[in-house]
Amino acid sequence: MTAPVLQARGLVKRYGNVTAINGADFDLLPAEVLAVIGDNGAGKSTLIKALAGALIPDSGQILMDGEPVTFHNTRDARAHGIETVYQDLAVIPALDIATNVFLGRELRRKGFFGTVLRRLDMPAMRAASSAHLADLKIGIKSVNQAVETLSGGQRQGVAVVRSAAFGKRVIIMDEPTAALGVKESGMVVDLIRQIRARGIPVVLISHDMPHVFEVADRILVHRLGQRAAVVRPSERSMSDVVALMTGAAEPTEQERSGGS
Amino acid sequence: MSGPNDPAMPKAPVPQRFSLAGVLRQPLLGPLAALIIAVVVFSLITDTFLKPQNLSLILQQSVVIGILAVGQTMIILTAGIDLSIGAIMVLGTIVMAKTAGASGAFVALLTALLVCAILGAVNGGLVTWLKLPPFIVTLGTYTIIYSATQLLAGSATYPVAEGPLTWLGTTFKIGSFTTTYGVVVMLGAYAVAWYALTQTAGGRHVYAVGGSPEAARLSGIKSGRVLMSVYILTGLIAALAAWAALGRIPNADPNAYKNANLETITAVVIGGTSLFGGRGSVLGTLVGTLIVGVLRNGLTQAGVDNLYQNIATGILVILAVTLDQLARRRNQ
Repeated sequence: MTAPVLQARGLVKRYGNVTAINGADFDLLPAEVLAVIGDNGAGKSTLIKALAGALIPDSGQILMDGEPVTFHNTRDARAHGIETVYQDLAVIPALDIATNVFLGRELRRKGFFGTVLRRLDMPAMRAASSAHLADLKIGIKSVNQAVETLSGGQRQGVAVVRSAAFGKRVIIMDEPTAALGVKESGMVVDLIRQIRARGIPVVLISHDMPHVFEVADRILVHRLGQRAAVVRPSERSMSDVVALMTGAAEPTEQERSGGS
Repeated sequence: MSGPNDPAMPKAPVPQRFSLAGVLRQPLLGPLAALIIAVVVFSLITDTFLKPQNLSLILQQSVVIGILAVGQTMIILTAGIDLSIGAIMVLGTIVMAKTAGASGAFVALLTALLVCAILGAVNGGLVTWLKLPPFIVTLGTYTIIYSATQLLAGSATYPVAEGPLTWLGTTFKIGSFTTTYGVVVMLGAYAVAWYALTQTAGGRHVYAVGGSPEAARLSGIKSGRVLMSVYILTGLIAALAAWAALGRIPNADPNAYKNANLETITAVVIGGTSLFGGRGSVLGTLVGTLIVGVLRNGLTQAGVDNLYQNIATGILVILAVTLDQLARRRNQ
């Protein structure tokens, strides 16, 4: 087994009396698409937020390349090359595409204008955004247009481009197709494949079983705040996985221990 | 049937052409058109409006509200509002006038800057850290600051000697056009604010925090720091406006500029900045300030009563908000 890029061991997060995750484990291998599925309340969002730095677990450990890391906020996770695409389209509608792609990581001009007057290098940011959009084959005419002028799929495309532009190690996608139509969802699935083809592993949280089976290399089934099983879509059917998710079926010993 | 409307045909890119939606998306065009129309109308119906000394007067009358409205624009861009901005400025004038007598103009200016910045920080702190609605916070601080100013002034007014404190009222000529340093400072404030808001990361973050706070947070923007900076800067801008106010009328009066808060909001809204935050332009606010100035001056020249001027301004505000709402609905 190749060494995992990102791991979690025994993560626990409680909200008052509610335990969202209770000793969750997680292993992400290089250049794989790992789908994370689970019923509502199974703790998959909490797990993902901990990995993305959006919340701090009460206990447990997160490791990158085997080294323990601590994320106090999303900036820390981003500094480690972990980018997240959020379900609710974390883009600013009124701002243009290039500004959105570089939001929080703006490029400044060189020389006096950049260092003293702190002027943004919009031409460079536009060029880079255009290049990234073209890379991922997202057909958007101009990166000067406001994100609100785009369709839902194109907006999600912008969010994916942003994560792909900066996510050097891991890209996490939280329900990236939940708000999209059939055709646009297909576009996002294509984007996921393209990111994997570049050698960057993708964590995909999704309720959409057909998509999960279409694109995932492995499927992590979360149940009752823990990892219940990791299965390969080639070895299990959709109804098997649903049964694992609801507890109607038992995983094999290997699947229970984190799969192959 | 096969033709350009055949749904089976691949969609050709829509050529860019004039459309109402396009105009609505260009936030500066509407206010600018309104300003030009107002100038043309008043030039036609009065003989005095277009005279250089009258245009100069409009600019000079716009200075105080114009400067204040720079701060109001930034706060409204963060989806906030500042009802205390005028009260902070008036307190600034009193502080300047009272301190100048004992310690000189330079210390007076610095003291006022400090006091106004602290009051801005109080507003910002309550909004940022206690997460209280800006409307309520600044309604409270407005009442407190207004009364504190009365107590500080003892209901008296404080004339200011000619000198550094009245410097922004100094006139100079460009050709036959007379203007004041205050006008230059106001235009400079708009230029600096425009640059900061559109050409720097901090400025873009102001738009991001106002447009979608959650998305801004997830993008790694420190929203609290952005909000605090905006409120403190607005305090400093109020001090600058106080200085300009003493340039216009060298007498600090605790009862002056009672409606300055509403007048700045009027200028911002007419200038096309959305009260919901995240969209708008400080240049629009400059145009909005000038529209109000031109409207009031022009109607005065045309012999229209002050009360009708207020009615006209009110209608303009409602019109501007309506356009903003239409533009927003279109985009959803």
